[in-house]
Amino acid sequence: MTAGHGDATHPERLLQKQIEDIYRAHSRKVLATLIRLLGDFDRAEEALQDAFAEAARTWPSEGIPRNPFAWLVSAGRFRAIDHLRRQVRFAAAVPDIEDSLYREGDDLEIGDMALIEDDVLRLIFICCHPIIPADAQIAMSLREICGLTTEEIAHAFLTPAPTIAQRIVRAKNRIRAAGIPYEVPDKAELPDRLQHVLHVIYLVFNEGYSASSGAEIVRSDLTSEAIRLCRLLLTLLPDPEVSGLLALMLLQDARRAARRGASGEMILLADQDRSLWDGERIREGLAIVDGALGAGTLGCYGLQAAIAAEHVRAPRAHETDWRRIAGFYDLLLAARPSSIVELNRAVAVAMCEGPAAGLAVVDAILASGELHRYHLAHAARADFLRQLQRFADARLAYETALELCRQEPEKAFLRKRIAELGGQ
Amino acid sequence: MKYLCLVWCEEGQFEALSQEERDQIDRDSLSYDQQLAGSGHMIAAEALQAPANSVVVRVRHSEVSVTDGPFAEAKEHIGGFILIEARDLNDAIRVAAGIPLAKLGSIEVRPIYDFGGQA
Repeated sequence: MTAGHGDATHPERLLQKQIEDIYRAHSRKVLATLIRLLGDFDRAEEALQDAFAEAARTWPSEGIPRNPFAWLVSAGRFRAIDHLRRQVRFAAAVPDIEDSLYREGDDLEIGDMALIEDDVLRLIFICCHPIIPADAQIAMSLREICGLTTEEIAHAFLTPAPTIAQRIVRAKNRIRAAGIPYEVPDKAELPDRLQHVLHVIYLVFNEGYSASSGAEIVRSDLTSEAIRLCRLLLTLLPDPEVSGLLALMLLQDARRAARRGASGEMILLADQDRSLWDGERIREGLAIVDGALGAGTLGCYGLQAAIAAEHVRAPRAHETDWRRIAGFYDLLLAARPSSIVELNRAVAVAMCEGPAAGLAVVDAILASGELHRYHLAHAARADFLRQLQRFADARLAYETALELCRQEPEKAFLRKRIAELGGQ
Repeated sequence: MKYLCLVWCEEGQFEALSQEERDQIDRDSLSYDQQLAGSGHMIAAEALQAPANSVVVRVRHSEVSVTDGPFAEAKEHIGGFILIEARDLNDAIRVAAGIPLAKLGSIEVRPIYDFGGQA
């Protein structure tokens, strides 16, 4: 945050680095607790900055406190009260606000670890509140929970920073105007709201894993943040769907390095060099899936994780157990019917029963009018036609897919397929 | 990151205030400057004299020309600035929103160009 002191003596620089480490490790938690104590995002952010400025001033002479988190929270809260007192214009309102700041007694709640962990959970639920538009939820989550800067988020989403900044400001205004309580929803509301939070995390992951536009296939900063967020959510709220989503993201992310070639081109699952897959992530993902399979607690994310698990279990592509995968897709379709799941099921069916069966399913989906603007539906159809040696039809289908596709590496892949059909 | 908060004022707006109101704004502004110094945001802050006291300098064909501000008839002018160090654009916006003159004029938040040298 602050510019480095070029001529700083070594111990000072060391301390500054320690403060920066503490900022990285604790700033989001301090912010979450300060929002609860101060009842306002902006006031909390101001208090957070004040607390770290105070730390930079006093820690060099007094040393780093034993519990930096508690120190920062009390320093931030103290400074917030101080500011309120100085704002003489609002003199009338000060006693009320001061009362609310001291409401719960002095240092009592700072020491209550359960309440503090809930603060982060509260922050997650408030950033993903349904009252906030989806794009703003993602921006808020990345900034307030993951600690990315507005500029970093803007860069990741290829959006101008002022646009992202305005989304965040508007979202905060909305939270304030609607008086959204800073709390974890109660039991009756939790499943719906949790689904929503998981959806936002998965959107962040997908934006990183398969960026909707642009030249990069993978933005690993976003996939890592989504995984980090989901891990955090899981420690705070152990739920089969949370662990299911974590496993799904781990197993997909494990294949990251193998998904593109030397010149950035896309490599399909079947053609990937499996030795490039991340064994650590696979072990962790499979352990979660196997645990859930054993306990019979597979939700929608868990089922998708189970499908991803089948892919990574196969030592070679042709050893994939497609029948088992098709079975998981059946369960997924029953749990949450969707054309995209049907399309994926069609691919699994084709792998078991041949391209004609797959083509029949895709044609039925397209005939229903759904997915006719979705490039992957046409790409899958083209693949089946190619395997059936109906090359002219395959070419038309690839061309439709190419027209609808917005992502450069995928486009390159489709062009390559069309070129391969060239002589036929 | 560094941001320049430019305080835009409408002409005559400040003059239309009572002395008491102006004194209050001065006090609030000084107090906010101190607050920003305390939070580590402040790099520099200055109030500017009226545009009537400014001149515009140009060099064309190696010749220096000095004129009265062509901006003299502009309805809005820059009344002052605060250069800050902030975590990101939203942090800078929060700081700008706290500038007492934001209630009277408007604050333009301009990110400082980073040449990629020192952080």
